[in-house]
Amino acid sequence: MNIVFDKTTVFLLVGIIGLLTISSIIGFVHKKIAKQEKQLQFANNLIARIKSWWIMCFIFICSLLTGGIGSLILFGLISFLALREFITLTPTNRGDHRALFWVFFIILPLQYYFVGIKWYGMFSIFIPVYAFIFIPARMVISGNYERFLERAAKIQWGLMVCVYCISHAPALLTLNIPNFAGQNAKLLFFLIFVVQISDVFQYVFGKIIGKTKVSPSISPNKTVAGLIGGILMAVTLGTSLWWITPFSPIQAMGFSFVITIVGFFGDLTMSAIKRDRGIKDYGTIIEGHGGILDRMDSLCLATPVFFHLVRYYFTY
Amino acid sequence: MIADIFCFIAKLLSGLTIRWSGCKPDDKQRVYFANHTSHMDFVMIWAALPKEIRKKTQPIAAKDYWGCGRFRKYIANKIIHAVLIKRNQIVCRHSENPINIMCEALDKGSSLIIFPEGTRNTHETIKNFQSGLYHLCKRRKDIEYIPVYLENLSRILPKGEFLPIPILGSVTFGAPLTINNNELKADFLN
Repeated sequence: MNIVFDKTTVFLLVGIIGLLTISSIIGFVHKKIAKQEKQLQFANNLIARIKSWWIMCFIFICSLLTGGIGSLILFGLISFLALREFITLTPTNRGDHRALFWVFFIILPLQYYFVGIKWYGMFSIFIPVYAFIFIPARMVISGNYERFLERAAKIQWGLMVCVYCISHAPALLTLNIPNFAGQNAKLLFFLIFVVQISDVFQYVFGKIIGKTKVSPSISPNKTVAGLIGGILMAVTLGTSLWWITPFSPIQAMGFSFVITIVGFFGDLTMSAIKRDRGIKDYGTIIEGHGGILDRMDSLCLATPVFFHLVRYYFTY
Repeated sequence: MIADIFCFIAKLLSGLTIRWSGCKPDDKQRVYFANHTSHMDFVMIWAALPKEIRKKTQPIAAKDYWGCGRFRKYIANKIIHAVLIKRNQIVCRHSENPINIMCEALDKGSSLIIFPEGTRNTHETIKNFQSGLYHLCKRRKDIEYIPVYLENLSRILPKGEFLPIPILGSVTFGAPLTINNNELKADFLN
């Protein structure tokens, strides 16, 4: 998983820093011109969000610069924190305790270990097959059958979303793409950039234009106009980044479209779980955004789809 | 030192959220009383308190549990400096009466942490409090009695388990309670 430094990497770094600087300036201008209490609140939230973006970008870029191992550790940690937020919100009972211990301290590290040693045949089935069989088995031993199916399903779901799906992000670094050796980090960058920028523009357009809600019961902030604007912006920006990927411009456009759509549904799905539990955010770890899962929600589902499409069409 | 490490690990493990909703951290003498579901409970309250206050805060623990076995004794005496009292039997001798022991500790200047449910609770609702808290309030009226609500700690380390799992927990400090002179025991405990 060695990473090659070249001109494009430097361009990307400068681009990201430029983008963040511009958004910071926008944030501060908003605060300056805010007159009402509500506007000020919005500006403060915006500044907090952008500050968190600086931190997240810094951590992400540092992890990429270490080569593969840094990203592996970073995403392993993200999985751990996300799973912890997920399980905290999911009512589990005392009979699940031992099974959960396995989930957090054995299954999760093993999954990332398999990604680390590039054992595709194992990491792509470990959780859907082996963990799927192991968890109910471990729960049965505890002898508690109350709401058994529901409990087992919730733990399995948490594992799939928070560990299995997210682990496909560092797995992108293990793909062998012709004429692209050592540059896979840019593919990971592409995925995360497109998904997150789509989120950002859906938020921005949702604030500015549009009245019709996409799904008023689940995500009251999302408007149809915001959604379309967000997707258009993300696809445009994604397409314009074709030169950092192994794709042609048309292919880059297709990939951008697919991952923003899947990302949107990921966002809605994770929101539906929050609504059901009667909360607004999964946690408080990222200032202005909420929990890890609030930021990862769209990435969770888009990552394995992107990984498998690229693997199918572009590797040998 | 070991206590600080304990607190640090506990905080890390539980991603502890600390809310001071009814009062502020203060080195006034206080009695914190909390719901009890896990061995983590006391450590969490300790970890939630600022270091200076932590030093002069002692938990009340059961002698029949923490006074048995070398390991538990070591933890109770050397690390957490627990005040041990006897449960489950009425003690008439002055020196062993739990209320007297607690009053003594208060008179030495310590703040106390007590779990008036009496033992680790395995149900979701809070059990009725034992009457010791009432008697203590009657005898030492000038001290603040702070209710503390612990959430999710029973899921981190339930009764009977020894390996903790990293679920997010929270500690909430409520507003100090006061006791009226002629308030009845039953009313107060509710």
